Amino acid sequence: MSAQAQDAATATTITIRPASGWLALNLAELWEYRELLYFLIWRDLKVRYRQTAIGVAWVVIQPLVTTAIFAVIFGRLAGLPSEGVPYPVFIFAALLPWQMFSGAISRAAVSLVSNANLLTKVYFPRLLVPLAAVLSGLVDLTVFLVILAGMMGWYRVTPSWAVLTLPLLVVVAVLAALAIGIWLAALNVRYRDVQQAIPFLIQIWFLASPVAYSASLVPSGIWRVLYNLNPMTGVIQGFRWALFGKAAPDPLTWISVTAVVVLLVAALFYFRRLEDSFADVV
Amino acid sequence: MAEVALRAQALSKRYRIGASRPGYRTLRDALSEGLTRTLRTAYGLVRLRPRRSRTDDTIWALKDVSFEVERGEVVGIIGRNGSGKSTLLKVLSRITRPTTGSAEISGRAGSLLEVGTGFHPELTGRDNIYLNGAILGMKRAEIARKFDEIVAFAEVGKLLDTPVKHYSSGMYVRLAFAVAAHLEAEILLVDEVLAVGDAAFQRKCIRKMQEAGEQGRTVLFVSHSATAITRLCPRSILLDAGYLQTDGPSHQVMNAYLGTGIGLVAAREWSNPAQAPGNDVARLRAVRVRGEDGSVREAMDIRRPVAIELEFDVLRPGFVLVPNCHFFNEESVYLFVTSDLDEEWRNRPRPVGRYVATVWLPGNFLAEGTLIVGAALSTLTPLVVHFYERDAVAFQVIDSLDGDSARGDYAGPMPGVVRPILQWTTRFLPPVHDGEGARYA
Repeated sequence: MSAQAQDAATATTITIRPASGWLALNLAELWEYRELLYFLIWRDLKVRYRQTAIGVAWVVIQPLVTTAIFAVIFGRLAGLPSEGVPYPVFIFAALLPWQMFSGAISRAAVSLVSNANLLTKVYFPRLLVPLAAVLSGLVDLTVFLVILAGMMGWYRVTPSWAVLTLPLLVVVAVLAALAIGIWLAALNVRYRDVQQAIPFLIQIWFLASPVAYSASLVPSGIWRVLYNLNPMTGVIQGFRWALFGKAAPDPLTWISVTAVVVLLVAALFYFRRLEDSFADVV
Repeated sequence: MAEVALRAQALSKRYRIGASRPGYRTLRDALSEGLTRTLRTAYGLVRLRPRRSRTDDTIWALKDVSFEVERGEVVGIIGRNGSGKSTLLKVLSRITRPTTGSAEISGRAGSLLEVGTGFHPELTGRDNIYLNGAILGMKRAEIARKFDEIVAFAEVGKLLDTPVKHYSSGMYVRLAFAVAAHLEAEILLVDEVLAVGDAAFQRKCIRKMQEAGEQGRTVLFVSHSATAITRLCPRSILLDAGYLQTDGPSHQVMNAYLGTGIGLVAAREWSNPAQAPGNDVARLRAVRVRGEDGSVREAMDIRRPVAIELEFDVLRPGFVLVPNCHFFNEESVYLFVTSDLDEEWRNRPRPVGRYVATVWLPGNFLAEGTLIVGAALSTLTPLVVHFYERDAVAFQVIDSLDGDSARGDYAGPMPGVVRPILQWTTRFLPPVHDGEGARYA
């Protein structure tokens, strides 16, 4: 064996030990496995609409139909205010981050369990699984953005300069989805209750976010404060602000963003602590 | 100095068991259990009920397993179901953590616990090659570089862009193994993935494994098949109930394995005549399986002759005695009977004394596998069976892949209970051309 090969070998000595307490996050390893992350996202996308008659069209149909229904019920029948923006555009702009967020957490929550065969047969940083589940939502988001641009053109709505903050708002939504998704994924390995609770959670969260209505409808006072602590309130309001130049998100959003970051860091450590037992429990 | 590629130190793994506990828990279970535990602790404090010991519902799948593997060694890990061999592989593959102990692996390690991990039925063969490669730890560039080689190895040809759910199971396995076989790991941890696929493909896989060893790669191969291990691994490790039982040259370890496996050995002796099989005429004292060199052996090369030795005492004179041996395979198929036809004692009453009768089975005669031998002594007129010890001894016949046994260059599973090398001749008839086209003479 050549000296070179020997160097390479000694450079990659792995030590296997029993788990002990809280572990370092090892984000470097995550980076090393970035190609696998890419392939997991790619698989998610490729498989999602296989053997469906209209395939990728589903990405478009779901939010469009939802938008149409909401526009009729909330805009026409209930006559809710939409801050001067055509109701369909008003709703679609909110559905964009919302669908990404809700889809991401529901996929992430079941991701480890549905990839049990991988967990029990191969080693890789387990975090890649919920990560891929969340990030694959970004592709749908891109498609939505194109549709939104079309709708805005149709309704002649011109965005303000604030549209440049959109990527930042997407990042907040992704971080929020990760923070929740990673917790749920890890918990679901042990407690399948999570899987059952997800639809409720999403439904309640949906109603507690200004997707189908304007945030201005929420009465001020303690309710308003609580409402603004929901990170998705900030994100959705932010989207409308960035696209239509309407009311900017409440300053309380900063608190919810901070909370999201704290929750995410906690999720990462919690996940790291549990990941070694996934293969035994799942 | 030989370099150590893998070192396991007192590896142990404890699992929780219990029929009442499924693989996962519901939140209600956790809550009620938490409550019970609190109450139990409270009870325990006032000594109403002793606390249940934690060892009740746990099992050590692996206990204090220590060994070292040098770079370039090909080591087999053998044991019955539940012996801990798969757990060991999982711990070394970092899929699960040991409960105590540690291990060190120097070099890029790749584990193949099953073929086609992460294969998605809806994806095409091409997609799955990339996906599976990435899951096994290959870089995209590496997969792209080996892509053609993988496709050629898998022999999927035109179906490369068809979803793998339309593949035959053989084709599916071939593709999956092809990806795995091209994993460029310095240390390979392999489960019994060879036990799949059609025969011709198995042969390719075995070649590939042998190549891995020849290229100086370190291989840990887990199997419960003594034949596969002896073929591929010069050294092996026997696990039993989580403990490392034996570690050494494969043929020795196989002896131990066969011992634990069916409770049979290659040599049996009855030191106490009162307990020995037999009657007042004759008693069996020992049965042994020997190789050409005279040593007692449990594992035999298919090409070499094997001797079965019957040692018995004649207690009363005046009987014509015929030693005979009965052969069974591991499925209890009665293979054949052989009896002593030697003129020296044929139709001649034997005087009192000790006799050692030996029968030689030629090489290239029995099929590979476990052979179980029954030993008997009979008088024919009138028919009396003085003793018949049914499962007296056992031995293993191992067919190497050197090409000079009856299997020739074929490496797959071979049916049949005998495996003789027979003479073949071929007559070649060249075509004869006349006005009406080609004919054969």
